[in-house]
Amino acid sequence: MERTPKALKVLTWLTSAVFIVALYLVLIWAPQEAIMGDVQRVFYFHVAAGWVGALAFLVTAIVGGIYLARGEQRWDRIAVASVEIGVVFTFINIVTGSIWARPIWNTWWTWDPRLVTATIMLLIYIAYIMLRQGIEDPDRRARFGAVYGIVGFISVPITFASIRIFRTIHPVVVGSSDPTALGAFDMNAEMRVAFFFSLFTFTLIYITLLWYRLRLQQQKEKIEERKLTALSS
Amino acid sequence: MIKVRRLVKTFGPKPVLRGLDFQVSKGEFVALLGPNGAGKTTFLRILATLSRPKMGEVIVAGHQLPAEAAAVRRRLGVVSHQPLLYGDLSAEQNLRFYGWMYGVGELDRRIDEVLHLIGLNPRRRDLVRQFSRGMQQRLAIGRAILHRPDILLFDEPHTGLDQEAAAMLDQVLREIASTGRTVVMTSHDISRAADLADRVDILSKGIITASESTDALDPIQLTELYRAVTRV
Amino acid sequence: MPPTTDLVVQKIETRADGSLRAYLRSIAAIVWKDLAAEFRSRELIGAMLVFSALVILIFNFALELDIRTREAVTSGVLWVTFAFAGTLGLNRSMAIEKDRGCLDGLLLAPVDRNAIFFGKAIGNLFFMLIVEAIILPMYSVLYNVNLFQPGLILVILLGSIGYTAVGTLLASMAVQARTRDVLLPILLFPVLIPLLLAAVKASNGFLMGFEMAEIMPWINVMIAYDVIFIAVAFMVFDFIVEE
Repeated sequence: MERTPKALKVLTWLTSAVFIVALYLVLIWAPQEAIMGDVQRVFYFHVAAGWVGALAFLVTAIVGGIYLARGEQRWDRIAVASVEIGVVFTFINIVTGSIWARPIWNTWWTWDPRLVTATIMLLIYIAYIMLRQGIEDPDRRARFGAVYGIVGFISVPITFASIRIFRTIHPVVVGSSDPTALGAFDMNAEMRVAFFFSLFTFTLIYITLLWYRLRLQQQKEKIEERKLTALSS
Repeated sequence: MIKVRRLVKTFGPKPVLRGLDFQVSKGEFVALLGPNGAGKTTFLRILATLSRPKMGEVIVAGHQLPAEAAAVRRRLGVVSHQPLLYGDLSAEQNLRFYGWMYGVGELDRRIDEVLHLIGLNPRRRDLVRQFSRGMQQRLAIGRAILHRPDILLFDEPHTGLDQEAAAMLDQVLREIASTGRTVVMTSHDISRAADLADRVDILSKGIITASESTDALDPIQLTELYRAVTRV
Repeated sequence: MPPTTDLVVQKIETRADGSLRAYLRSIAAIVWKDLAAEFRSRELIGAMLVFSALVILIFNFALELDIRTREAVTSGVLWVTFAFAGTLGLNRSMAIEKDRGCLDGLLLAPVDRNAIFFGKAIGNLFFMLIVEAIILPMYSVLYNVNLFQPGLILVILLGSIGYTAVGTLLASMAVQARTRDVLLPILLFPVLIPLLLAAVKASNGFLMGFEMAEIMPWINVMIAYDVIFIAVAFMVFDFIVEE
């Protein structure tokens, strides 16, 4: 078995260190928000997780396009790895959002555009994974994955826009579901630092996980190949 | 007519064709023999433009594949072990549909011609769903020759046919071959292949391991050869 | 003639024959074929119709469609019915191509792969519209609401176009997977949500007599959705059917 490349080791340590700093910034260094109190601190990682989810799915759509154009298997590997990470982070995003919404909006769940879009996005990529599981031929699996990754990603902004129109035409009076109305706040300079540092940290985590996931995939394929050569000889 | 050099095709990590060389001249009838899983169907699908080669050169009727697939399709007639027919359409409607797809001129006359050739004229208005396997296979051949292709590919056309239907199919095949068309047929029936074809090629483990003229060898010698080259 | 000119001439011939007329001819052939087969068997539309009637009946009990709730939920009930019945039709329509290897037959023809997509999509659109044309009067009679308004018809047309475009694309993938019948709705519905939402809202707007200014954004969403996904399907369909 190949050993972990040095660059990846360094990246892993770097990411861990940065993550600890981010924890410090978010939990201790950033000032407490005046109205919402400590629960507002969820916000930093919440948004960062959402960002990684969206980034991951964007990457899937882009490498999907490259795969279709070139037909090289490695692009497909990136697409799958990215989807898996994206699903996990979108899930984190929704859960942390819920935790925040409970004290602020007084409910775990509300049909707010962002929330609904995030959930639909999650469903799209779960469907993506199920599609892939249903196909045996690796080339076909890659092609279908690429197509669905593109179709799904394009639908997300349309979904968001239409749910938004849905809300603006029908103002909901009971317990306003508009996030800018309830639970909105202005970030001061320190909060902003913590916020952008969180985004940076999560992006690093994404890259690190993607790399590990790709290596895992490569090793799986190598084992497959060795099995085949062992069987045929 | 067909020229294949160092053709490689894989399914994921699994190689199916490993540098196959193959050649057919105009008007030749070549039977492709080989055990199950040797890659016969895969190879034929590549020639039929249904599958892309991974590496190597494939030239059909002077056109490079897969780049010039559209030009090749026009000159190709394919019969697979599935009939590629619509059960809820009549024999005639099936032919009409494919005629439109290929842009066949004077379609009505051509449909009549083909239905007579394959002996299905009396049942032209019946649904294909109600046809026996042998009749479906004959109609499938009618579908394949409808647009007057000069190259025909048959993928185990005798699969699932009884003796009588197979004999009728043989007759249709001979008639087609006698018109100077180039034919490649996969099969695992050695004596039938020897009977119909000018040449027999044996495909084993992704390459052509033997290529013999049927004039030179009788079916018994062919069977021995087949056993020898496909033995593990 | 030297071989190079020969090749050029041949290429031009292919180009000319692969022209718009041939393209449209093959689309028409596929639509004709689907309609002719369906006219004989009536399997697909029959199944969609019976299923739609059942869904509406179930809604009747589930929502207790009395006069007041009825007005508010009619558009929702209709679109849920169409969406579910539509997956039956899409699955069937693609299964016909896959099961006897007919998809290979289509691919063997010297036609643009997109023509196959448009042929199938237009066929599916016809089936969808036929079912809707039967369900609408049925619903009108059963629940005594007038569904024959030009605005509503427009919405149904726009919604059905988008539905069959995306549906045909995804059904041609689903049908090639091991889990095909289960897979189609799972692939289709999350992508369809904006279209269905807009269709429900616009239909509701017309039924409740809202002003056009309130309905227009939804019509726009549907037009945008239709245009975008027809374009996407046009670009990616090759990759679904070609190996």
